[in-house]
Amino acid sequence: MSSLALYPEDEKLPRNERLVFDLYIITAVALFVLMMLLGLSMRLTQATWAGIGPKLFYEILTMHGAGMVGTMGLVTLAVMWFFLRKYVHLHLWAFLTNYVLFMLGALAIIISIFIGGYAGMWTFLYPLPVHSMGIGSVNAAALFFIGYLLIGVGFLLFYLDAAAAIIRKFGNLGRAMGLQWLFGGTIDQSHPKAVVASTMVIIANSLGILAGAVVLVMCLINAYFPAVVLNALVVKNLIYWFGHMFINATIYMGVIAVYELLPRYSGRPYAVSRVFLWAWAVSCVFVIIVFPHHLLMDYAQPRWLAIIGQVVSWGAGFPVFLVTAYGVLTNIYRSGLRWKMPSRLMVLAVFGWAAGIVPAILDGTIVVNTLMHNTQWVPGHFHFYLLLGVLPMALAMMYHVIGSRAQSSDDAAGDKLSLPLYIIGGLVFALAFLAAGKASVARRFATHLPEWVPYDQAGSIGAILIILGMLFFSVRIIAGLLKTPTDVGSAHPGG
Amino acid sequence: MITENEVWVIALVGMGLVALGFIYVISQVGKSSDEERAKRAYKTSNVLRRWLFLILLVIFAGVSYASLWHFPLPPQQAPLAAKQIVNVIGHQWSWEFSTNQVEAGVLVEFRVTSADVNHGFAIYAPDGRIVVQTQAMPGYTNKILYTFDRPGTYMVRCLEYCGLAHHVMEAPINVVAIRGPST
Ligand code: HEM
Ligand SMILES: [Cu+2]
Repeated sequence: MSSLALYPEDEKLPRNERLVFDLYIITAVALFVLMMLLGLSMRLTQATWAGIGPKLFYEILTMHGAGMVGTMGLVTLAVMWFFLRKYVHLHLWAFLTNYVLFMLGALAIIISIFIGGYAGMWTFLYPLPVHSMGIGSVNAAALFFIGYLLIGVGFLLFYLDAAAAIIRKFGNLGRAMGLQWLFGGTIDQSHPKAVVASTMVIIANSLGILAGAVVLVMCLINAYFPAVVLNALVVKNLIYWFGHMFINATIYMGVIAVYELLPRYSGRPYAVSRVFLWAWAVSCVFVIIVFPHHLLMDYAQPRWLAIIGQVVSWGAGFPVFLVTAYGVLTNIYRSGLRWKMPSRLMVLAVFGWAAGIVPAILDGTIVVNTLMHNTQWVPGHFHFYLLLGVLPMALAMMYHVIGSRAQSSDDAAGDKLSLPLYIIGGLVFALAFLAAGKASVARRFATHLPEWVPYDQAGSIGAILIILGMLFFSVRIIAGLLKTPTDVGSAHPGG
Repeated sequence: MITENEVWVIALVGMGLVALGFIYVISQVGKSSDEERAKRAYKTSNVLRRWLFLILLVIFAGVSYASLWHFPLPPQQAPLAAKQIVNVIGHQWSWEFSTNQVEAGVLVEFRVTSADVNHGFAIYAPDGRIVVQTQAMPGYTNKILYTFDRPGTYMVRCLEYCGLAHHVMEAPINVVAIRGPST
């Protein structure tokens, strides 16, 4: 078991690794800020404080959705890489190739949207991308699909390399997830949580991305050979299987940062337990089969699929509340937790995840979904867990790393202001969406009815606060990454 | 009570409880704890977790039973025997109804489909709230059963993004009283 040293030796980044890692983080932070500004421009438009026309609005919405989901995938993959490489041998080329493919894919997507006029949303429901009434060309849609495929191939490549490394070390994926200890046996206390979580993500997200690849190829073929007609319901199932898994995988990759770092700040070991292994095994199954909750309003879907969608949505709450949130709380309860930026962000992250799942579960109930589906309740719940949950996980790792490079974990004076701004802004922003959902405000509307505008204005103010906080984080993180070339580990008084 | 408001309150209570748990534990951080007390706290936390598990399990089972036993969506294969039937076709970017007038207090069946891309068929009551919805998908017909309890002008809005004019794709449905003004 690793000691509780704050900056352990085996986490140091050799020169090349550091370069690639910095590339990932700086890119991701810059993309987040840009996408947030795009998000703000949409919220201001709904609030009647800005006047973006519908064509540009839907392009921006497509960019924001695809851009945010992609960037979240990119940055949490870096979290996974950063910690997993301590336990198994990962190849740097796989990590780097993923970056290159991601950037190429991003370029394709940007061109497709802002030059080709593609505005079929990040969920590209068939047949809208090829049936836009002349707004975007078929080539633009195809370029968008190709952009996704490039990004998907990059992820698969990285996962394959990681899976091979894990199998070399642990024999097979099941053992890496600790399945042999589910029903008994003495659990190896040094079995890394990072390996359990990474393996789960590799299994689930590879399946999701493969489903995505299949449906993207189908759409590409249909784009150029319209005689090959697709079944809209089948396509929708595949898209949500892929989309749900991809965005959920970001939480499961991001939370590795909490498992790894929190004990170092609380000074209390956080060992694997049987409940923990059960939680991850069960979550792996749940995340693979929960996607039908996106199709509850497709009455043509077989009934049993809708029932699975509801029951599994509710079931998915158990591991989150009882294992991750509860485990984190017991780890810090009456501990000597040092309140530094990484630890603050981690506690926030687990809160944001656990609280954000509440409105999600409610909307996964068929009777509720009949009223809330595709209202702003939906962006309400996912911005909650993404802004206050997943992003803080990634930020915690970044702050931790710049702390290690600056040879000091001290917070900057500005951190005292930026974090509260971010949290308050995040709460106002997410709750404004949820309140709007309660009032039946539709999502994905370029202009709003007059009675909806007050929610939009509250949300805009929240968004501005978030962005102010995030701008400060970005400056700190980028400056911290670029400043000191040497990494320190043992020199720092740890634990 | 309006369902949307109930859901909102439940969500706030749920998120509030999570927040309280966090606030309590955060308030305890840094309080001294010797070996003995730490052990006891650990034991208590395991007992508490078991109780929490049981409570959540009961809620889970109760809600699943209550919300699924009478399956909330109408059967799609069997005939539905509603007195009034409205055929609905979504187009980019307009709605086509076989009739846009129905009677209050009498069951209506909506048969919803699309001629081009996916649309969302959502009925907004005069007070601005969604009362029921389904997807309008090309190649499929989704059937809704709904009884309007009071007359007035209801508005159908598209709730699945369908392109440039998605947000203005709306059409009224007139719900009239059967005999004379509503009581
Ligand atoms: C300051 C921060 C942010 C602002 C102002 C913002 C704003 C918005 C707005 C206005 C929408 C459209 C809502 C509607 O449908 O009416 C939206 C959708 C969305 N946002 Fe954000 N957002 C922010 C941060 C994030 C983050 C951090 C993520 C994820 C990592 C994210 C992911 C998404 C996604 C996936 C959608 C759905 C796109 C779609 O409907 O296709 N957003 N956001
Ligand atoms: Cu529409």
